[in-house]
Amino acid sequence: MNDLRDLYQEVILDHNKRPRNFRILPQPTHHADGVNPLCGDRISVFLDIDDGVIRDISFQGAGCAISSASASLMTEALKGKPVNEIDHLFDAFHTVVTTDAECPKGLGKLSVLAGVRDYPSRVKCATLAWHAVRAALEQHKQPVATE
Amino acid sequence: MSALPALTIAPADKTELDLTSIRADFPILRQRIHGKSLVYLDNAASVQKPKAVIDAISECYSGYYANIHRGVHLLSERSTMAYEGAREKVRAFLNAASTQEIIFTRNTTESINLVASSFGGSAVKAGDEIIITGMEHHSNIVPWQLLCDRMGAVLKVAPFTDTGELILEEYERLLNSGRVKLAAFVHISNALGTINPVKMMVDLAHARGVPTLVDGAQSVPHLTVDVQNLDCDFYAFSGHKLYGPSGVGVLYGKQALLDAMPPYQGGGDMISVVTFEKTEYADLPNKFEAGTPNIAGVIGMGAALDWLNAIGLDAVAAHEQQLLDYATAQLLEIPGLIIMGTARDKAALVAFTLQGVHPHDIGTILDREGIAIRAGHHCAQPVMQRYGVPATARASLAVYNSRDEVDALVKALWKVKELFA
Repeated sequence: MNDLRDLYQEVILDHNKRPRNFRILPQPTHHADGVNPLCGDRISVFLDIDDGVIRDISFQGAGCAISSASASLMTEALKGKPVNEIDHLFDAFHTVVTTDAECPKGLGKLSVLAGVRDYPSRVKCATLAWHAVRAALEQHKQPVATE
Repeated sequence: MSALPALTIAPADKTELDLTSIRADFPILRQRIHGKSLVYLDNAASVQKPKAVIDAISECYSGYYANIHRGVHLLSERSTMAYEGAREKVRAFLNAASTQEIIFTRNTTESINLVASSFGGSAVKAGDEIIITGMEHHSNIVPWQLLCDRMGAVLKVAPFTDTGELILEEYERLLNSGRVKLAAFVHISNALGTINPVKMMVDLAHARGVPTLVDGAQSVPHLTVDVQNLDCDFYAFSGHKLYGPSGVGVLYGKQALLDAMPPYQGGGDMISVVTFEKTEYADLPNKFEAGTPNIAGVIGMGAALDWLNAIGLDAVAAHEQQLLDYATAQLLEIPGLIIMGTARDKAALVAFTLQGVHPHDIGTILDREGIAIRAGHHCAQPVMQRYGVPATARASLAVYNSRDEVDALVKALWKVKELFA
């Protein structure tokens, strides 16, 4: 069970049970859906961007603990951040969940998802919300898929 | 609904399996996963292979392999005999009237696509209808959607109840339109375990002159199929769920229908005379087997049938049924666990959800306990939509599974609950 605790850390279980920013923004400036066709998980992200800054961000959908917690943690991490920092943060996060590299500084709570690196089949769960945010910024009309 | 068949307890000598000896036939079952004994409960996705099958494939390649149906040399003759010998084994397994009715394909999906393309392409016109059920695997949905799109035909879906039983009256009502060209339905649902009353469904269709295709991917490893008794027009299944290798499937078709159908693919082995002006096609079954087939795979499937016949499907079914009853009772002890698919007539699998835990998380945690299950939509997304869930967890049984393994599953699910409490 110890190694499972590395994946399912308390913070993750908590965000799964009580996801933050789990709502629909009434008038988002940006919005996209992310789907994982392998498992049927689907989340929608909503952003309110003003003057290059993410004023508000939220998500909705159904997914596993990893994808839900990752989405929830992502919304907390991105709220108030300049849009041009998203790519950098996603790259750092992606490195953490896919490689054995040390956690880059500045990731904050997102680093609790580092345990995913030992579960390759779950990387897509952890990155689904991030892909959706990227799609929203690129104004994708079709849901972005992890496959 | 029809009355259930009476429960009969078969004599002990017919049903008692020597589980130790059966498990010893499967080299893969000896390994450990994450330090735990492997408990393989993903058999509905694909089943493990007995040594007899692995050996048969190895012997083919190391002893007598050559291309079939063409060589005058000894190896080609031996390979051809083994390949055609496997066809006879499949014929006997299904009790088909003739080996000409046994077509080797890649898998169930290709068998269904063959019928959709060849039979459907010639028999279905604009405004015609194809009937399927609401509990089909994608492989018995999408080929018909493609056909309907191509022909301007309409796909009709017979619904099922909350317990996962087909609503026969609705199926019958759909058959009455006078425009139905084929009814295609699953024998055992891979997502629910429901055993459909296929004999009755065939009879109802035939009473209106409608031919039938049965998707038998999940049924052939678990119950005896007699295509002459069923009287179905087509029956499709895969070797890899039947203890044989992947990459081999079977289409059974009634000879009169197969004779009338155009070829599915063109190429070598399916012709009798080719000139640039005109080609005459080979007789059945070669007409539908263009190109060099999966020779060793077909021979491996023949070996799988020998292996299965030696145990006896009745004994397999009895063992799995006992295990299913045991697993169902044990799983229902877990608070928050809901079983999806509770049909009265049900085979070797349990699909379930656990309150507050996504099936993928269940799958990951069970994997760390050495237990392999399937988590997801099981290539049956309409079934998930019917129940309003994105996914389920599914434990599916095979002849080599034991009560101890069911206990391990249940124990691990309690751990899942503990972790997610």
